[in-house]
Amino acid sequence: MSNAADNVRPRASAPRGERIADWADGRLGIYGAAKKNIRKAFPDHWSFLLGEIALYSFIIIILTGVYLTLFFKPSMAEIHYEGSYVPMQGVLMSEAFASTLDISFDVKGGLLVRQIHHWAALIFLVAMFVHMMRVFFTGAFRKPRELNWLFGFLLLVLGMFTGFTGYSLPDDLLSGTGVRFMEGAILAVPVVGTYLAMFLYGGEFPGTEIIPRFFSIHVLLLPGIMLGLVVAHLILVFYHKHTQYPGPGRTNSNVVGFPLMPVYMAKAGGFFFLVFGVIAMISAAVQINPVWVIGPYRPDQVSTNAQPDWYMGFSEGLIRVMPGWEWVIPTGHTINFGVFIPLMIFPLVLAAIAVYPFFENWVTKDQREHHLLDRPRNAPTRTAFGAAWISWYFVMLVGGGNDLWAIFFDLSINAITWFVRIGFFVVPVLVFVVTRRICLGLQRRDRDKVLHGRETGIIKRLPHGEFVEVHEPLSQEQLHLLTQHEQREPAELPPAVDENGVKRKVGPIERLRVRVSRGYFGPHAQIPKPTAKEYQEIMSGHGHH
Amino acid sequence: MSSETGPHENVSDDKNLPSAQDASGAEPEVHTNPFADPGLAPHDPRIQDIDERAAKRSERTVAMLFTVSMLATLGFIVAYAVIPVDEYVYIFPIGRISAVNFALGMTLGVALFCIGAAAVHWSRTLMSGAEIVQDRYPIGAADEDKAGALAAFGEGVRDSQFGRRKLIRTTMFGALALVPLSGVVLLGSLGPAPGTKLRHTAWARGKRLVNENTHEALRPEDITIGSLSFALPEGLEHDDHSFQKEIAKAALMLVRLEPEDIKDQQELEWSYQGIVAYSKICTHVGCPVSLYEQQTHHVLCPCHQSTFDLADGARVIFGPAGHPLPQLRIGVDDEGYLMALDDFAEPVGPSFWERG
Repeated sequence: MSNAADNVRPRASAPRGERIADWADGRLGIYGAAKKNIRKAFPDHWSFLLGEIALYSFIIIILTGVYLTLFFKPSMAEIHYEGSYVPMQGVLMSEAFASTLDISFDVKGGLLVRQIHHWAALIFLVAMFVHMMRVFFTGAFRKPRELNWLFGFLLLVLGMFTGFTGYSLPDDLLSGTGVRFMEGAILAVPVVGTYLAMFLYGGEFPGTEIIPRFFSIHVLLLPGIMLGLVVAHLILVFYHKHTQYPGPGRTNSNVVGFPLMPVYMAKAGGFFFLVFGVIAMISAAVQINPVWVIGPYRPDQVSTNAQPDWYMGFSEGLIRVMPGWEWVIPTGHTINFGVFIPLMIFPLVLAAIAVYPFFENWVTKDQREHHLLDRPRNAPTRTAFGAAWISWYFVMLVGGGNDLWAIFFDLSINAITWFVRIGFFVVPVLVFVVTRRICLGLQRRDRDKVLHGRETGIIKRLPHGEFVEVHEPLSQEQLHLLTQHEQREPAELPPAVDENGVKRKVGPIERLRVRVSRGYFGPHAQIPKPTAKEYQEIMSGHGHH
Repeated sequence: MSSETGPHENVSDDKNLPSAQDASGAEPEVHTNPFADPGLAPHDPRIQDIDERAAKRSERTVAMLFTVSMLATLGFIVAYAVIPVDEYVYIFPIGRISAVNFALGMTLGVALFCIGAAAVHWSRTLMSGAEIVQDRYPIGAADEDKAGALAAFGEGVRDSQFGRRKLIRTTMFGALALVPLSGVVLLGSLGPAPGTKLRHTAWARGKRLVNENTHEALRPEDITIGSLSFALPEGLEHDDHSFQKEIAKAALMLVRLEPEDIKDQQELEWSYQGIVAYSKICTHVGCPVSLYEQQTHHVLCPCHQSTFDLADGARVIFGPAGHPLPQLRIGVDDEGYLMALDDFAEPVGPSFWERG
């Protein structure tokens, strides 16, 4: 056994790069990790880029955000504007608004950085949302990745609130309306609503505290938490190794992909520059949030078509279509259901998708690790649930833009509101049923293709005059791909009487689980995949198609 | 190659033979299982792998992209130095936009994009195109590791005597549970208690109604049928420190109706010659209600479309608002100016628990 002193390597002879690496290894112990990871394989698929877009836009937001803090003044002190934007000169506004105008008109490149920051934020949330859907529909959230699913979900929720606090900072007429909306929503909380509002705003709305407080939350508290979550998310991706789509040579116990160095480094690193480049070009050409057109916030003024950024749109829909139920209860207190119920549904909508992995695991009781992704059709109930959730979300989004729908499609706002009120309950159910049927249809098609081959469109006339279509047998790769998935058996209740003849007690929760499991895996919930026997019978000429 | 289904030769097709495949263990299976995994397909060489001239072309493309990026960065620096911040140019089809924003954004975008494109092109055409296969290992620990961990933990617990010394345990939990209360208590400094703040506005008996735009006190004859006017309480100035806070509650709108059109008895009594004054702050979540239909006397909130009938006590006729807009009782003073006869009788704006 060698002691530390024996472990010193000769220095001068090695090339310079190696000497630096030796120096680092002596302090950090890098060689062990490097040996394992430099050629780590990363599976390749376009849908894996969605999470990368989210990561890169997050980095872009941090870089540009730091620059913006150098110029932005998070203060609600009222001043007369004296900057170079002529239409606003002399107008009374908060320092926050004035410094936003300065960034936009007087700081060279400031407008660009501001626009990159805002565009990247919108793209960040889209990317997280779509990435989450990719993970959902392919079943990538299954063991061992449930916690990483939750980290990702938290990032989405925190991203929404970071976005909200961020676009409120300029203190313009549009975002101020959103801040007022938040006050109204908080006031609707029973018992403590007025206290919460007074504490948050440092007194009565709008006060002089909310912008500085949002600033701390926006630049420090939320991004700090998010940065930690992003790091944890990535560590887990690395540690679990990436999932992969099924295909020839890809199994649950291997990773097939390109080595980290050099291919994945070049592709993923290059992709950062592609994302940043595209966002920079968008920000060069497409104006976003022109606060100088909207003007500074005043609580007695408003503009029409007031819309939050897209990711807040579904909560806006909830608040718009909810009937104005307001009750005074016998104690003489008011319960404002019209606002409070939407305020409660808002987190429930998000929670519905967040807890799904745990729900599915409760149904399947599956303890195995899953690294091979599902094709969405092979998990019809899950896919239908996800599609129903998305449709639910979009119904609310339509409600959030009911004024815009009314204007652009020449519809009655009352009709849209009623459509959303009914659609909130009906559309997800319809989408669930339809999606499930589509998945089953696709499973049938897969089955037909395996057993009868691909329809070539070539019609052949047989000697006795019959016309037949030529079917081309699938390749071994396709045969494997279309049949590799596992089909579960539904859970069953244990026999009513146990081996000693005693009546077995089965709790209501277990009964429910068995019913749900039948809904997931019962005869009506999946098409049996072709067996080797069926295939061989047909292929040996006994079958018929 | 196509053939009818039926007796066929596909399984014996050469490239599907196990011997031709990756040695990943499908061999004994394929005779019994027609769906067996054929293994990873052999890597198809790209033209760059075969033809050095094609590889050279790829190299030049990558180098060109990096060069374009360098030029674009130089362009960025030049644009920053040369273009004044207040110059505007017409760019088809965008329109007139800030020249420096467009130039900086485009050069930065091109500089970044070309680096990305170069790296991706390099990896796709010149770096190895063959996928590699690595094994996965279970995430969970092996049994002996688990046993070792549990043993170590048990030893730690025993060392601490945590289980035996119940008094220490109980008091420690107590102390740890209480200490965060200090932080919670400190949050009390965030704001004042609500008290009756939400119940009062800047309006009071005798306060004149001042036109929000002209800052002149309003007379009844200034309010014509079909118009919508906004008023501030006398004495509230834009420069006041508390202006935003006060206007958030006191904002007022005035319309004149034919007195016989007013359906609500109290509304009629609180009006002056058909002039009615209502809070402009929506009772839903506090947006200023400001879209007026003069023929129907409806006002609509542009935020969430709550609609109120000003001829009928500002009753909610559509949308999510839960109660009517509060009405301000008005009259005229000795000099013939419109004035408030009282503060609002009920709290303005969004509803809250104590509102009643």
